[in-house]
Amino acid sequence: MKVLRYLLKKEFRQIFRDKTILAMMFAMPTIQLIILPLAMNFDVKHVKLAVVDNDHSSYSRQLINKIGASGYFKTVAAAPSFRTALTYIEKEQADLVLEIPMGFERNLVREGEQKLGISVDAINGTKAAIGGSYLQAVVIDFNKQLPINTANAAPPSGLINITWSNWFNPLAEYRFYVVPAVLVLLLTLIGGFMSALNIVREKEVGTIEQINVTPIQKWEFILGKLIPFWVMGMIVFTLGLAVAWGIYGIWPVGSFITLYVFAAVYLVALLGFGLLISTYTNSQLQAMFVAFFFVMIFMLMSGLFTSVDSMPPWAKVIANLTPVTHFIKVIRMIVLKGSGFADVYPELLYLAIFAVVLNGWAIFNYRKTS
Amino acid sequence: MEEKVIVCRELTKRFGDFYAVNKISFDVNKGEIFGFLGANGAGKTTAMRILCGLSHPTSGEATVAGFNVYKQTEAIKKNIGYMSQKFSLYENLTILENIEFFGGVYGVPAAEIKERSDNLVRKLGLTAEAKKLVGALPLGWKQKLAFSVAIFHQPRIVFLDEPTGGVDPVTRRQFWDMIYEAAASGITIFVTTHYMDEAEYCNRITIMVDGKVEALDSPANLKARFDADNMDEVFYRLARGAKRSGD
Repeated sequence: MKVLRYLLKKEFRQIFRDKTILAMMFAMPTIQLIILPLAMNFDVKHVKLAVVDNDHSSYSRQLINKIGASGYFKTVAAAPSFRTALTYIEKEQADLVLEIPMGFERNLVREGEQKLGISVDAINGTKAAIGGSYLQAVVIDFNKQLPINTANAAPPSGLINITWSNWFNPLAEYRFYVVPAVLVLLLTLIGGFMSALNIVREKEVGTIEQINVTPIQKWEFILGKLIPFWVMGMIVFTLGLAVAWGIYGIWPVGSFITLYVFAAVYLVALLGFGLLISTYTNSQLQAMFVAFFFVMIFMLMSGLFTSVDSMPPWAKVIANLTPVTHFIKVIRMIVLKGSGFADVYPELLYLAIFAVVLNGWAIFNYRKTS
Repeated sequence: MEEKVIVCRELTKRFGDFYAVNKISFDVNKGEIFGFLGANGAGKTTAMRILCGLSHPTSGEATVAGFNVYKQTEAIKKNIGYMSQKFSLYENLTILENIEFFGGVYGVPAAEIKERSDNLVRKLGLTAEAKKLVGALPLGWKQKLAFSVAIFHQPRIVFLDEPTGGVDPVTRRQFWDMIYEAAASGITIFVTTHYMDEAEYCNRITIMVDGKVEALDSPANLKARFDADNMDEVFYRLARGAKRSGD
């Protein structure tokens, strides 16, 4: 225990002496937490629309105005023909083409029926699908308000009327969804990278040899590396929560204790992961590459960007194998839904297993004698 | 019968089909200054790393301070000091912080660390620099400091791997004064070098060539045996046949 105290003293001295790293540790989460959630907006807005109006009737103009007024679309061009409209898509100047056929108004009034053509640039799949369905919704709405429909409206018989409400995030605001996840990501980066690079740095400089020739026990050495970064991580986490509250007004609905218990266990798991990498690699460059490989997977498969539920089964397995997925899930539950300990303890168990396995493995794999 | 602190029998370290250390045998007596000479790549460092418990031997037997190099590496580590070829104190810690850290991990009591480190910096003439980062010190001072740290916990044996590489002659001389002082206090010194004038300072020396021990005796006896005026000549005769060169 005495030895551990000397190790900790040394690590903290080194951390506080490296002003660049220290500044990064605090500036990075603050700045990124301010920038990322604002930029990472998945609401589809500013869908660029090219309109081909072959009818030039009052109805067609009404429809176009209605689309413009919805706030989601920006009419970039009124093209004379479908063919020219398509060139806007080819040049990426438009995402959608709406074609209003000739006789639109006449057919609507006389026949009570008319078809519209929507063409979508599907390169950006999300934007295309969502933009297309928005446009459809606007058209359906337009359809309902048509004088012929309102005038001849048959009394509704057994009509199902749907009203919905967004639970836990009433305005379905994206930032509430993203900010907690970005916070997890920052902890992941700091925890994973800092610890991965630290031991490897001692290997590069040669000081590890001096450590290996002392009677320091392996677990003492690993704990001596783990605890300082754990403390730093918890400080960063607190800072992140403060930024989330200050900038985005996000105040966790659930208990802080549950939140901190999870963050604490999660950090141990992640630091263990970093330490494990550093026991396998010999240079900071190698460690960086390996850490990057995993962090990429963590980021893209953790449910930060895409829902884990809609991944194919094999991908779900991978996603569930990363601790990040579990913490993102839990932090959203606690912050937005106010989930209590009873709701999330299976996830805590998962994280605890990760923590034990990764750190145990790191201690096992760290060799004082080669 | 003198007490033997290192006993080494047919010790071998093989990397693939390369014998870095090939069946070396020797004993080191308590309190002696034992020089380990050889060209670059002769296997000095590898042999030393095995004796320090940093590397597992492939075959052969060895005990250091009475402990087995296969099974009791951690017990060995409690009883030795080690100064590696590469300067390995923490450059971003101060002199006092380095002493405190290494003293602490070897279990020197805190009060004693304080008292002895004050004496140490005074003796080294580094009182003014005591709170400066080690990285800023000139090489010669770094080496003297590294040696002082290696023997701070008063080990039974200290292993020095080319401690004076790149150091000026005056500092080297002072360094050897420190070694003598440590030896006089009962610490056994195991030192590798390829400065032949330094070999003369040792009680006994071993000359390694291509992973094997080619000669082991006192400098005077070796010079007599090879009919040489100085150690340079002895070394040259033995190392001439070496097949390996360079690191």
